[in-house]
Amino acid sequence: MPTLVSHPEEVRIVSSRFGQGAAEIDRYLELGGYQSVRKAIDQGPDWIIAQMKASNLRGRGGAGFPTGMKWSFVPKQSAKPKYVLVNGDESEPGTCKDHLIFLHDPHAVIEGTIIAGLAIGAKMGFIYLRGEYRYLLKIMEKAIADAYAKGFLGKGIFGSQFDFEVVSQTGAGAYEVGEESALMESLEGKRGVPRIKPPFPAVVGLYGGPTVINNAETIATVPHIFRIGAEEYAKIGSERNGGTRLFCVSGHAARNGVYELPMGYNLKRLIYEVAGGIRDGRPLKAVVPGGSSTPVLLPNEIDIGLDFDQVGKAGSMLGSGGVVVLDDTVCMVDFALRTIAFYQHESCGWCIPCREGTDWLKKTLTRLHAGAGEMRDIDNVRYLAENMLGRTFCPLGDAAAMPTIAFVKKFRQEFEDHLDGKPCPHARHTVPELAAV
Amino acid sequence: MADVTFTVDGRQLTAPAGTLVIEACRAAGIEIPAFCYYPGLSLQAACRMCLVRIEKMPKLQTACTTPVGEGMVIATETDEIKQARKSMLELLLANHPLDCPVCDAGGECELQDMTFKYGAGGSKFTDIKNHRDEQQWSPVVFFDRPRCILCYRCVRVCNEGMDVAALGIQFRNSGAVIAPNDITSLDCEQCGMCIDLCPVGALTSDTYRYKTRPWELTHVGTICTHCGDGCKTTLGARREENGMQIVRGDNRDKSGMNGDFLCVKGRYAFDFANNPERLTQPLVRQPDGKLAPARWEDAIALVARRFREIREERGGAAMGVIGSTRITNEEAYLLQKFARGPLQTANIDHHRTTDYPGFVKALGGETAHFGSIADALTAPAILLVGGDPTEEHPLLAWNLRTNFRHNGSRIYIANHRAIKLEHQAKATLRISYGGYADLVRSLAASDDASLPAETAHFRDALRAEQNLLIVFGAELRGDAIAPLIQFGLSLPAAKFACLGDFANSRGAMDMGLHPAFTPGYQAVSTVGLSLPQMMDAAGRNELAALYVVGDDPVGRLGLAPESLRNTFLVVQDMFLTATAQVADVVLPSASLYEKSGTVTNTYGDLQPVKKAADTTGVRSDLELIIRIADQMGEDIRALVPFGRGERGDMGQSRGVQSGEADRHAVWLAAHNLEPKLSPFDPDALLDEIQRLVPGYDVDRFALMAGEPQPVRVAAGSNFPVSTGSESIQPANDTLFTSGTLGQYSEKLTEVNRFQAEKTLVAAG
Amino acid sequence: MSATTLPAPFAPTIFSPELAARFDKLVTLYPVRRSALVPMLLYAQDEIGYLSDSAIAEIAQRIGITELDVRNVLSYYSMLRTKPAGKFNVQVCTNISCMLRGGRELLEHCERRLGIGHKQVTPDGVFSLEEVECIGACSWAPAVQVNYDFHDNLTPEAMDAVLESYRAKANE
Repeated sequence: MPTLVSHPEEVRIVSSRFGQGAAEIDRYLELGGYQSVRKAIDQGPDWIIAQMKASNLRGRGGAGFPTGMKWSFVPKQSAKPKYVLVNGDESEPGTCKDHLIFLHDPHAVIEGTIIAGLAIGAKMGFIYLRGEYRYLLKIMEKAIADAYAKGFLGKGIFGSQFDFEVVSQTGAGAYEVGEESALMESLEGKRGVPRIKPPFPAVVGLYGGPTVINNAETIATVPHIFRIGAEEYAKIGSERNGGTRLFCVSGHAARNGVYELPMGYNLKRLIYEVAGGIRDGRPLKAVVPGGSSTPVLLPNEIDIGLDFDQVGKAGSMLGSGGVVVLDDTVCMVDFALRTIAFYQHESCGWCIPCREGTDWLKKTLTRLHAGAGEMRDIDNVRYLAENMLGRTFCPLGDAAAMPTIAFVKKFRQEFEDHLDGKPCPHARHTVPELAAV
Repeated sequence: MADVTFTVDGRQLTAPAGTLVIEACRAAGIEIPAFCYYPGLSLQAACRMCLVRIEKMPKLQTACTTPVGEGMVIATETDEIKQARKSMLELLLANHPLDCPVCDAGGECELQDMTFKYGAGGSKFTDIKNHRDEQQWSPVVFFDRPRCILCYRCVRVCNEGMDVAALGIQFRNSGAVIAPNDITSLDCEQCGMCIDLCPVGALTSDTYRYKTRPWELTHVGTICTHCGDGCKTTLGARREENGMQIVRGDNRDKSGMNGDFLCVKGRYAFDFANNPERLTQPLVRQPDGKLAPARWEDAIALVARRFREIREERGGAAMGVIGSTRITNEEAYLLQKFARGPLQTANIDHHRTTDYPGFVKALGGETAHFGSIADALTAPAILLVGGDPTEEHPLLAWNLRTNFRHNGSRIYIANHRAIKLEHQAKATLRISYGGYADLVRSLAASDDASLPAETAHFRDALRAEQNLLIVFGAELRGDAIAPLIQFGLSLPAAKFACLGDFANSRGAMDMGLHPAFTPGYQAVSTVGLSLPQMMDAAGRNELAALYVVGDDPVGRLGLAPESLRNTFLVVQDMFLTATAQVADVVLPSASLYEKSGTVTNTYGDLQPVKKAADTTGVRSDLELIIRIADQMGEDIRALVPFGRGERGDMGQSRGVQSGEADRHAVWLAAHNLEPKLSPFDPDALLDEIQRLVPGYDVDRFALMAGEPQPVRVAAGSNFPVSTGSESIQPANDTLFTSGTLGQYSEKLTEVNRFQAEKTLVAAG
Repeated sequence: MSATTLPAPFAPTIFSPELAARFDKLVTLYPVRRSALVPMLLYAQDEIGYLSDSAIAEIAQRIGITELDVRNVLSYYSMLRTKPAGKFNVQVCTNISCMLRGGRELLEHCERRLGIGHKQVTPDGVFSLEEVECIGACSWAPAVQVNYDFHDNLTPEAMDAVLESYRAKANE
């Protein structure tokens, strides 16, 4: 069972029911659950969307798209049924927040899903968890069954004239399925290869119907917005970045864990105050601020607020909230290699630049790290990454290219230290190859 | 759709709204490279070669998925785009083996061409390339994964174009691989479309791989000799000891009416021409009863002498002539002229596979209602009565599928068995084998309350169609055809097509290889013997001579060889067929790929065939007929209108510019002005056919340019009441058989066995 | 939902009656049958240990797609396999967060303890070992999944105890 942490500076909204037994429906009701959805039923779709816009909630999956706006894109009239799809395919390395939501507060996900459905006029929602989260699926399935038993799902929910069905399932091991159109493909029983956009899911999505796809944390936040009020929620965060989010601290911090903090919270303070600084008092070498796809930050770049805009200004991205802390023992070539090995493994293989680029980068970095590199390999790595950037079929290519460019740019000397057969100056391990699929 | 105006590289262009940027640019002569984009197939956006810069868009956009928009400003040739293209090629070449010197696609490879054009001359890649061993998936398909660039053309053409879906994509990342449906092999129609569309040498064919280099071949576009659809196949031939041997067939230049398409036969079953059993010397029956090689002069002299003797002793009525469904129109025309002229016989026929005369008679001069194969690609609605196009008319099936996919055409099928095209059908009516006549009568008849609901519903749906292409198979013959035509003519706009089996079945009939009518369905006063009647007559010792040109009645009808013992039998064929084995004289003839002329497909599209190959020792049927006539002492100029007058410009007005001489010659030929200096020139006969056969007076220039010309034949007055439909014998070929000829194609035989085993395994 | 009537049970089946019944229901839950494919593949693998040819054939029939289609899909997902694994499949994450907390050492430890490498199975068939990508336990790294059970904040010593507990289960 994952350990829960806490810190006085936390503002616990989406995590407010963690550790409270809220996976049981009666306990969830005791804690004020399923009140927001009743309010939503009473007030109607226009009000819901207006509230969502007022909350300044931005998608927690990584791209940070305003949720209220996303919902408003769904056409009111549609010949095909509309759907809500909850993206719980949490797979970005460094990220484990949805894990806790499904474990501790599955009903918040269900409630958020129903509210989204009411907002867009959908009658069916899907909650898709990553394949590794089987034990969480069982919790989710029980929560859904309990909600059906109470009349919160099914025909005439909460005694209203609305019908709403929810189905949950898992994937089977594929990072790429976290991309929204690949997620729809997977849910339709196909290979997790993204779709050509446009059309966007809000117009043509699941089974061809208009579809809202939101990250599990986004959806789990929705009921809280209606509980505390949209304006109140917006006030908690920074400008244009409403509310709080879950930050997953991992790596070499002294107190790793998932902390809920207001948007815009200072990154340096998160590491040194909330997470207790660096393990064994060692010096900080680098921070990956938002999951493995976000460009690495140097110690002198972390005095910034953690919201989509400020981290963006610092040359990285807020991403999925996975803050990975690296101390001075880390070989950055090794770290870059491990990062690219992941993206190589997870590339769906559809387009040339991602499929071939990640493969080539992995090969070059493997050789470079082993001491068999040449100066031009370092340039090649950057050249390749820059030529993948912005040209791939989906964002996975960027996710592989962006951190790679940053590693070479910010740690070039360390790459050069590996040349001419020199052993890795930081080497503690050889790199075990992930066997090709 | 309304036109939109946009700018590409500073040029203002206009295209219908919805046109993809790549298509709009290509139409304007602006080349945008692409591997995965393939017109007619679904969009992929996978190869990223077509990236262009569109103003106001943050990233480069794929020209293959972006429709043009009003006011759009597009750049296709900036440094940024050149670099993007170059880097895609560099990335592709990282894992692509550079075995171009031995690769089948070498010289014809899109990756080579693009690398040359968009350039990645140097390589930054120094690591080991991913490797997998080559796999053989079927007797004709090989797959070399390292060469594959994953453009998914093969998968799409199999899935969308062929409706076979035998290829999939498995695994992911750089381990992604095209995979066949039977785990390690292909269970499919073996059409080879996947190989044809492959832009590189990843998919190769057994018939061609590692045999030659494309620039060592001569490439000649001609018409496939197998089924009645008349696909163009471009034959690549190479000089060998015994002539020009065909080593491959494809339609990669898409110049034929079949577009991309070719089936297993058009692509691989050319190898009968190279079969070692091919006859290359005349054979003459010796006193010991055995066939022995003879000199051409002796063999032809013997035939001529005996024909003359028999004609004089027993009269033409004691002679018979059987023509072929695979010879040219010119040969068929000449053969009937030879029979009715020098041989003085009305006994002429061929292997009839469907009732064209019945069709022509029922249409009764409404020649505007003849359908063509092209109509199958565009008709909004199609009624298919009988037949199984997937097996017997692969191009028709391809066109119907394409039409359905692109235009959502409505296909109605009435058949006594389940056929694959039902996947695309709007309505399917299952009837009994004997129920075709009843069905078409119910279509034409006024409302009949006793009709089963399903049939009534089917009929009502058809009656609501404004524009219907009606295609019927050999199940419908004789008087049963008329009600169908009557029904079709009651619709605002209907066209008709009749399905027959071989490359020139229709031409053979149009050219009058029939005892009851002359070319163009003109009735004769004295009807001769039909093919079965001739064989019966021979059995009764009433047929003194039989001249068989390109058919094997003994083998096909399973006749007792002794039945022809007292008939002087002359056979012209490529092989020692069952009929040839009992012949007195066997003359080795050229295949359709070894001669020029024209053929007419089953829909009535007239197309030129061109000599693509050559086998030492054989002669065309045209030449053989003329040589026999010549030896008989006939006036050849009466048979073939050659050398008359000097109508042509002999070149005196020829210009001095390079190449003009060739263009001059083409123009003369196209306008029927060049002198036919030899009786063996088929164009001399085509002149006469065009002049004398009603319906064949087509645009000669367009015909020469390779455009199929619809022939509009009509039954002449006092057309016979009976069209002799009782002697129709459909070939019942499958995709992997081709009448008698198919047996001599080793590849087709091998594929047939391979697929038969798959069917057996599937059936347990 | 629109599907109000269950289809007739699929028979004969190679799966247990419980799983077969579950599959009969699963295909009715979604607007299209094919949506049940990925879950069916997982549950079939859970029961049989891997996706055998006959499992693939039956699932293809149940969904109404070709076996090729099933193979195309299953080969895409890294958790699905067409060869048997051990009774307990030990999946060690070595992705960045786990790597920083000793995930690789843990993998090497497991290799030594079990005497097998990546995607290998112990001779007794009890364990198989796999190096896997991020499993979503980054803040509790290093983490390991044995079949579907998570074990986090591991050390080599703690890992030994985990392996022992599974060995004991295997001997039950």
